[in-house]
Amino acid sequence: MTAVPDIEFRAVTKRYGAVTAVSGIDLAIPPSAFVALLGPSGCGKTTCLRMIGGFEQPSEGQVLIRGRDMAGTPPYRRPVNMVFQQYALFPHLDVEENISYGLRQARPRLSSREISQRAGEALSMVQLAGYGRRKIHELSGGQQQRVALARALVNKPAVLLLDEPLAALDKKLRTDMQIELQNLQREIGITFVLVTHDQEEALSMSDFVCVMNGGRVVQLGQPSEIYDEPADLFVADFVGKTNLLSGTVAGLSGDLVDVALADGTVIAARKRVPLSRGEAVSVSLRPESLSLSAPGGGSLKGIVRNRIFLGSTAEYAIEVQGIGSLLAKADHVIGQGNLFQPGEPVAIGFAAGAPLAFPHANNNGTNQREDQNAEILS
Amino acid sequence: MPAGSQPAFPMRRSLFRKNLVTALLLAPAALWLVVFLVLPFVAIAIFSVGERAPEGGYQAALTFAQYANLPARATAFWNTMVLAPVGALACLLVAYPVAYYLALRAPDRWRLILLALIVIPFWTSLLMRTYAWMYILGGRGIPALLAYVGIEDLRLINTPGAVLLGIVYGYLPLMILPIYVSLERLDRRLLEASADLGATPVSTFLGVTLRLSLPGVMTGFSLVMILLLGEYLIPTLLGGGKVFFIGNALVDLFLQSRNWPFGSAIAITLVLVSVVVLIVANRISTRLSGARRVDLI
Repeated sequence: MTAVPDIEFRAVTKRYGAVTAVSGIDLAIPPSAFVALLGPSGCGKTTCLRMIGGFEQPSEGQVLIRGRDMAGTPPYRRPVNMVFQQYALFPHLDVEENISYGLRQARPRLSSREISQRAGEALSMVQLAGYGRRKIHELSGGQQQRVALARALVNKPAVLLLDEPLAALDKKLRTDMQIELQNLQREIGITFVLVTHDQEEALSMSDFVCVMNGGRVVQLGQPSEIYDEPADLFVADFVGKTNLLSGTVAGLSGDLVDVALADGTVIAARKRVPLSRGEAVSVSLRPESLSLSAPGGGSLKGIVRNRIFLGSTAEYAIEVQGIGSLLAKADHVIGQGNLFQPGEPVAIGFAAGAPLAFPHANNNGTNQREDQNAEILS
Repeated sequence: MPAGSQPAFPMRRSLFRKNLVTALLLAPAALWLVVFLVLPFVAIAIFSVGERAPEGGYQAALTFAQYANLPARATAFWNTMVLAPVGALACLLVAYPVAYYLALRAPDRWRLILLALIVIPFWTSLLMRTYAWMYILGGRGIPALLAYVGIEDLRLINTPGAVLLGIVYGYLPLMILPIYVSLERLDRRLLEASADLGATPVSTFLGVTLRLSLPGVMTGFSLVMILLLGEYLIPTLLGGGKVFFIGNALVDLFLQSRNWPFGSAIAITLVLVSVVVLIVANRISTRLSGARRVDLI
């Protein structure tokens, strides 16, 4: 990418006493993108956002905004604005005063006409025209969310930071706001950096997803890339649903490995990192990549234990002898009443490229460390 | 809910029981208030419309002569009306930075210790502590020390400054604690949001911190001010007793000249002034803090 990144992390580490929240992150966020920092709680994503905002200083490394090193620049001199978790709206000010708060801080001073005009525009942008004189506590959660958004965007920041902005909303409202945020980002054209622990939210809203775990960036890519080609076992497991099958490497051939599963079945899987013969691995198989058929074909055999019919799809829990329970998801076409019944034996097949093999032990270690960090930080 | 629409008995019985429990829980406090606040207040109110008995004390009557006589003590009223707000203001100026440091800057493990250090002196009688100041400010105290370094003839005791110092010292915790509480409850993210929106630390302090701590400020201010309305010990001991306050007038009227009705009229007036102060303070803090209603009385 030739353009100067809006946000750049250079070898950024953040320590709180003995705990390392962020360790050695290098990251460049391209201009005009909607980027999600995704990870479990305690993975360092909020710390990263707060370092961009200037509320935390990196212990090591540099944070750059549009190419400028931000070391020593206080929050009030940074060209970014944040939508805080639970909004942090000023309770003693009304809606319009909240929105114009940032404009009133501008030096040289803006004329009061310009302030009220821009505040009015911001209010209409978030569809709250006419709500200017309301008190904050008179607004619903969704309306407060919009005020927080308008309060940040009215200052025309280079980058908008969003800290779990939708976490406090109910599901219906959240879906609406997701679409609205996406539209806003395209309209305004500035970079949005969203912190979330909700992988669905990250996948559905953003142009790029930055998956974090244990204070590191595990993978940065487009949502489909993250989902289809997870960099490691953590990403495969954290992003979307997947089946993880333990096994050992029985053979190597180019990009593929043969994995002997616990029941002795050998399947071919793609690998993302070098593996050696005899190594313990986990094979990830997405539920929708499994295909079910009447007994006879397929790679694995099982018995349907449970079925959840969802209209356009049906989910099956299938017991496979020696391996355990697998989740399968099948499209349902109207008129083809070929649903499998609980107790029915089925054959399970999958496309050749679907299984992905990851080293096993290493990743478990990472997960455990991660949990400890989460505990300390929470 | 109308009683008729209530079909089940157990519900009503439990409601009755709940009321009974509430009444029992409130009884000690209510009894205390009636015996030690309402009855004396009623007595004083009755005294205030009576006459002084020939040999002192109270003699039944219905006259407003005592109230008409209030201007005789105008100086004491005036001095008190100056001392109370000025003293409360001095207290506030010292207390706010302390409360701010305690609530927002002090390391967690120090906070409780520092709070305790502020409160502990309060366990000693104010009289004792004021005597100590008499000694410190008196001829053999600080002036004696200053004489060693060549500063002679400095008079500290029996000055308005000494009175102010005594007041600030004596009433500081009452000012610090409510302000501390309001600052402690302040959502720190509001401060971050303010900085994020471009406000310098000074603007953030004025626009958010101070504004949202005003209920605490008003509570502390009215608390100290009302207590100062009746204060006479500190001005007497540290001010030399040359300036008269309402407190002095009350002591004099009840204990020396035994003019109970006139003293009662002054006391009632003082109570009314206190109530006005509280109402005004409550109004101001309600308006300034916006959303939340804060009840002081």
